[in-house]
Amino acid sequence: MKNNPEFIINGILSGDRAVLARGITIVENSLYGAEEIISKIEEKTGHAFILGITGPPGAGKSTFTSSFVTELRKQNLKIGIIAVDPSSPFTGGAVLGDRIRMRVHTKDENVFMRSLGSRGALGGLSLKTSRIVSLMDAFGMDVIIVETVGVGQSETEISKTADMTAVILAPGFGDDIQALKAGILEIADIFIVNKSDLAGADKLELELKQTLKLNYTDTSIPVIKCCSTRDDDFANIYSEIKKRVDYFKQEKILDERRLNRKRRDIYDLIKSEIERITEEKITKLGGIDSILNMTDGKVYLTEELKNLIKM
Amino acid sequence: MKKIKVIVAKPGLDGHDRGAKVIARALRDAGFEVIYTGIRQTPEDIAIIAQEEDADVIAMSLLSGAHNTLFPKVVELLKEKGLGDRLVVGGGVIPESDIPFLKEKGVKAIFTPGSKTEELINFIKENVKCDEE
Repeated sequence: MKNNPEFIINGILSGDRAVLARGITIVENSLYGAEEIISKIEEKTGHAFILGITGPPGAGKSTFTSSFVTELRKQNLKIGIIAVDPSSPFTGGAVLGDRIRMRVHTKDENVFMRSLGSRGALGGLSLKTSRIVSLMDAFGMDVIIVETVGVGQSETEISKTADMTAVILAPGFGDDIQALKAGILEIADIFIVNKSDLAGADKLELELKQTLKLNYTDTSIPVIKCCSTRDDDFANIYSEIKKRVDYFKQEKILDERRLNRKRRDIYDLIKSEIERITEEKITKLGGIDSILNMTDGKVYLTEELKNLIKM
Repeated sequence: MKKIKVIVAKPGLDGHDRGAKVIARALRDAGFEVIYTGIRQTPEDIAIIAQEEDADVIAMSLLSGAHNTLFPKVVELLKEKGLGDRLVVGGGVIPESDIPFLKEKGVKAIFTPGSKTEELINFIKENVKCDEE
């Protein structure tokens, strides 16, 4: 397939799935043309609603996502799914298994799913996730669901990438909700208590509701109980989430989050440009070893070195 | 450098996935990104997944005896989707006498019982045309 940026950009904007897939590969791996594709596609984004799904491993994130997508498809919405699974910190390899739970959508031409390895990022997503969201947005998705790796307590990156974040919990992960208070529980815009057929679901729901009453300024955060393998539960979930989305729009929360995302994205771009300049500078000064020679092996910014950097 | 992405799939009516899981794990440990599709996939599903994931390698495991039908079908569908350049390999209980036919149909290698995971890993490393920067 042709890899030139113009071909990829046009293909994505005209709704070619194969080109979208290739575009994601280019952006994910920072291959030739990645920056051009992203910058040209930027102005075509902003249509999609981005829903983050996070929660501990085994809580049912993928199964929930799959059933929720079934419900969204009844509304004839075009859906993008990005599912992140952990990469090995030792080999860089990964087994990406989220598709196993989402196979009912494979043949649906209005659903496009992509699996990503986290590739060393520690926030529950991969570094390129928000860029890949932009590609799917420009492609014309109405809703993009971003599923994080199974998280512990502090992987909150999703709240900066998504318009709204659903935290999925299930009974049996220990009933001490207090211990979970900081971190992922703080980023929830919606709580889903999954596996409602298991003992302990009612208790978990109650504890969450009580915790919310005591600790949060926003007492409107819903706690929804469901069983992700039961499709019947999802009409209610859809209407609850829809209500929440309307509230976000009405209260301008959505606008604020999108503005924050822009702020962060431009900040990141500046940061990576400065990193590039840093590398360039170091090469110009003859490499890291000759810089160390300049400072007599000391890890110290000497006046001489500072002047050289400014040049 | 681009990471090598491999689909590990089990086509057809065959639920014996221990082998596929061992392969998925071995490929992960070799530093590849592996997408495991689960059991009982149709050739159409596998081709769609390969396209969406833009996979470099499609590795199929089959123990039901339907390899002569299903493996070539996957190759054909990949070609239809413009993915004819992807590396397709197979494994499982496959008689030696079927291997020439499968290779002729575009399956680049067949790994039968007793094969070492290193053989597959090395084969992939040697044969994937990764379009790098």
